[in-house]
Amino acid sequence: MADQKITIALAGNPNSGKTTLFNGLTGSNQFVGNWPGVTVEKKEGRLKGHKDVLIEDLPGIYSLSPYTTEEVVSRNFLVDENPDAILNIVDGTNLERNLYLTTQLLELGIPVVVAVNMVDLIQKNGDVIDTKKLSRELGVDVIEISALKGTSIMEAAEAALKAAETKKAAKPVKFAKDVEASLKEIEGLLVNVPDHLKRWFSVKLFERDDKLPENVASLAPKAEEIITKIETAHDDDSESIITNERYEWIASALKGTYGKKGSGELSVSDKIDKIVTNRWLALPIFAAVMWLVYYISVTTIGTFVTDWTNDGLFGDGYYLFGNGREEFTEDMNAYYAENVWTDEVKDNVAKAADAGITGADEILASIEDQDYEAFDEAYGFYGAELDDKEGGVYSISETVDTARGEDAEMPANEDYGTWVPGIPVLVEGLLDAINCNDFLKSLILDGIIAGVGAVLGFVPQMFVLFAFLAFLEACGYMARIAFVMDRIFRKFGLSGKSFIPVLIGTGCGVPGVMASRTIENERDRRMTIMTTTFIPCGAKLPIIALITSALFKGASWVAPSAYFLGMAAIIISGIILKKTKMFAGDPAPFVMELPAYHWPTVGNILRSMWERGWSFIKKAGSIILISSIVIWAGSTFGWTDGAFGWNPDLELEESVLGAIGNGVKWIFAPLGFDNIKATIATVMGLVAKEEVVGVFGVLDFEGLTALAGYSFLAFNLLCAPCFAAIGAIKREMNNAKWTWFAIAWQCGLAYVFAFIIYQLGSLFTGSGNIFGGILAIALVACIVWLLVRPYDEAKKLTAVKA
Amino acid sequence: MKTLRDVAIGETAKIIKLHGEGAVKRRIMDMGITKGVEVYVRKVAPLGDPLELTVRGYELSLRKDDAEMIEVA
Repeated sequence: MADQKITIALAGNPNSGKTTLFNGLTGSNQFVGNWPGVTVEKKEGRLKGHKDVLIEDLPGIYSLSPYTTEEVVSRNFLVDENPDAILNIVDGTNLERNLYLTTQLLELGIPVVVAVNMVDLIQKNGDVIDTKKLSRELGVDVIEISALKGTSIMEAAEAALKAAETKKAAKPVKFAKDVEASLKEIEGLLVNVPDHLKRWFSVKLFERDDKLPENVASLAPKAEEIITKIETAHDDDSESIITNERYEWIASALKGTYGKKGSGELSVSDKIDKIVTNRWLALPIFAAVMWLVYYISVTTIGTFVTDWTNDGLFGDGYYLFGNGREEFTEDMNAYYAENVWTDEVKDNVAKAADAGITGADEILASIEDQDYEAFDEAYGFYGAELDDKEGGVYSISETVDTARGEDAEMPANEDYGTWVPGIPVLVEGLLDAINCNDFLKSLILDGIIAGVGAVLGFVPQMFVLFAFLAFLEACGYMARIAFVMDRIFRKFGLSGKSFIPVLIGTGCGVPGVMASRTIENERDRRMTIMTTTFIPCGAKLPIIALITSALFKGASWVAPSAYFLGMAAIIISGIILKKTKMFAGDPAPFVMELPAYHWPTVGNILRSMWERGWSFIKKAGSIILISSIVIWAGSTFGWTDGAFGWNPDLELEESVLGAIGNGVKWIFAPLGFDNIKATIATVMGLVAKEEVVGVFGVLDFEGLTALAGYSFLAFNLLCAPCFAAIGAIKREMNNAKWTWFAIAWQCGLAYVFAFIIYQLGSLFTGSGNIFGGILAIALVACIVWLLVRPYDEAKKLTAVKA
Repeated sequence: MKTLRDVAIGETAKIIKLHGEGAVKRRIMDMGITKGVEVYVRKVAPLGDPLELTVRGYELSLRKDDAEMIEVA
């Protein structure tokens, strides 16, 4: 972007149509990122037809106060970067409040052009805006536009360009005489700031703004006397005096400018709102909307496309449009019926099921259903269990392995329909063709492609979800969700909108974390990002299922308890964290606009969906890829017969990963599972939670007590999520410190929970160790204290005694 | 003293003064709740909090605890 000459900052209230205008002005020439170090999105783009003009889309803000991240980011940009002009979009149907920001933008010594949006709506309502008069009052060009229809938007941009070229700075609005006099006095103190910023800094000094540069902030003591005098005269604090003055000015400027027909009729939006936030209907409607979003994005389309990506595109392959799948499945079932499910096999499995051997009933059920896929899955899980029991009298592996072995004449995928091999298969073929060596082949297939597949597997689901979120946000329902749910969630330091990330998190933590983007307050957003992955996601279900069947004989309370554990972790984290310095610093006022309902445009929804999805791929992709390669190296380098080297067929215990697991397994001793497999499984869980099951097969549980198993479960459910989710956390936090803090918090909390469960459980069953028990009780007491300790919500309004 | 919290649903009240200081007060004022303005209390959320107000021609939601800081006539 070295060649651009002119920068225009696009500023406006949330819901003013700013995004639509930005999209209209820049088309596809956009760059999306984050403002440095904060969770706020940063967008810029080139003006259509003007390669040398950069449009900087500032966050949607109501004011330039020092209290929210969005506002601070915006004013820092305006003051420090000194853009050539500001294009201020205001919602014409809501002029009074929208012009409040305008009065502040006029003080920055930068040329300003005001674009009054939604003129079509104003005309439809029969209202009139006298833009000529408004332009005279504001002292800047005022252009009527309709961002939605694209009417006059280029004219607005041209006007901003012209203003930038003439360099004619906007003039601030005048306040009451005594206030102006005080401001003048303060301005006299400001000798060391550039002329164009004098008005801005004098107002900020007057307001006792605490985010000022050192050379201005040092003048505060001198200004204090001037401020106190006028505060006494007005019986109000200086900040409020300025705010009042601004609104006073707007009210007088709008007199005769804005003609409202003011019919007493309810608008369509009012009618919708009457139903949607109705006392009795609001919660059922909310539940229905959430169910629909979840059902479509996670259960149906999400799962379908994700399975296709994981098992098809990045697996063995898939049938194009399903063509051939049915015939193949039919033939496979027939082949299994003949060769695998022999009388002997059926007999053995039936006997094993009678003897109560874990998993035998599942294998039996799959045979009865004549479903080869279910059989493969159950056999893969529990086949070894049958071999192992009573000298192998129930074993079926010989028959099964022969029938499925390399020499068997099984139906082959490629003989049916339109079979498209998966990318790994294609790449493997390619690598074989060029005689690639095994090391490189393994790195590419198991390291890189497996990593890329892990990222892309989540993408389709995420896109569907993002489309929904964009719709809910754009139509105005998202604000109502916060309105309806606020009462519950604010108790845990979360926003009413945190419900969505947590709900989506039950399907997959990655889009769950990304969904936190809709939360308007940075504190709530960070808290939500940190806690969303506590709720068991889809990939954690196999771990729950495994532990339940292996150690609790399929007891029905285990799975629900896992969800309760997740919820408890969210609530406890929320309450404890909101009292810490890190979170208590920023107060979270819930003073939220409830925008009018309107039908969003398809273009805006698709664009928002694409932007969020793509930014995940870009930002989270790298971390996932690198982690995947590191894990690959850790599991393939190791000791074969005592000699260190690379070996793709290495047993995990003999790999570097195994050695590390062995070295650190003592950490888990207080949790009851200081065994090497459990440790490796936990590490592998970082790649994908279902890997835990792969490493830690059903057999490995035999050595564990039920209590240790549950402790293992608790730890793995709550600790750091998979790399993909960590990548999403990194993307959303946009800050290394916060990312590490989130991960450390999750691991720490998981450890404490598992420790308490194991130690107290042992105490109750009489096998405990006194020291551990005492420590566990102390930890519980500590948590309780953290939960109930009093704290002051920072800068809270002092209550008025009635 | 009567506060915005005491205003019944469906009624309009005129703001006299905002008590307290700092971020929450500034935010409330930034959103247009300033001295002399009329506020219509439209409804309360299904769970009993927050409130939905109409001020300066648009809808705003505000928690009851915060409404308690706003003195009305």
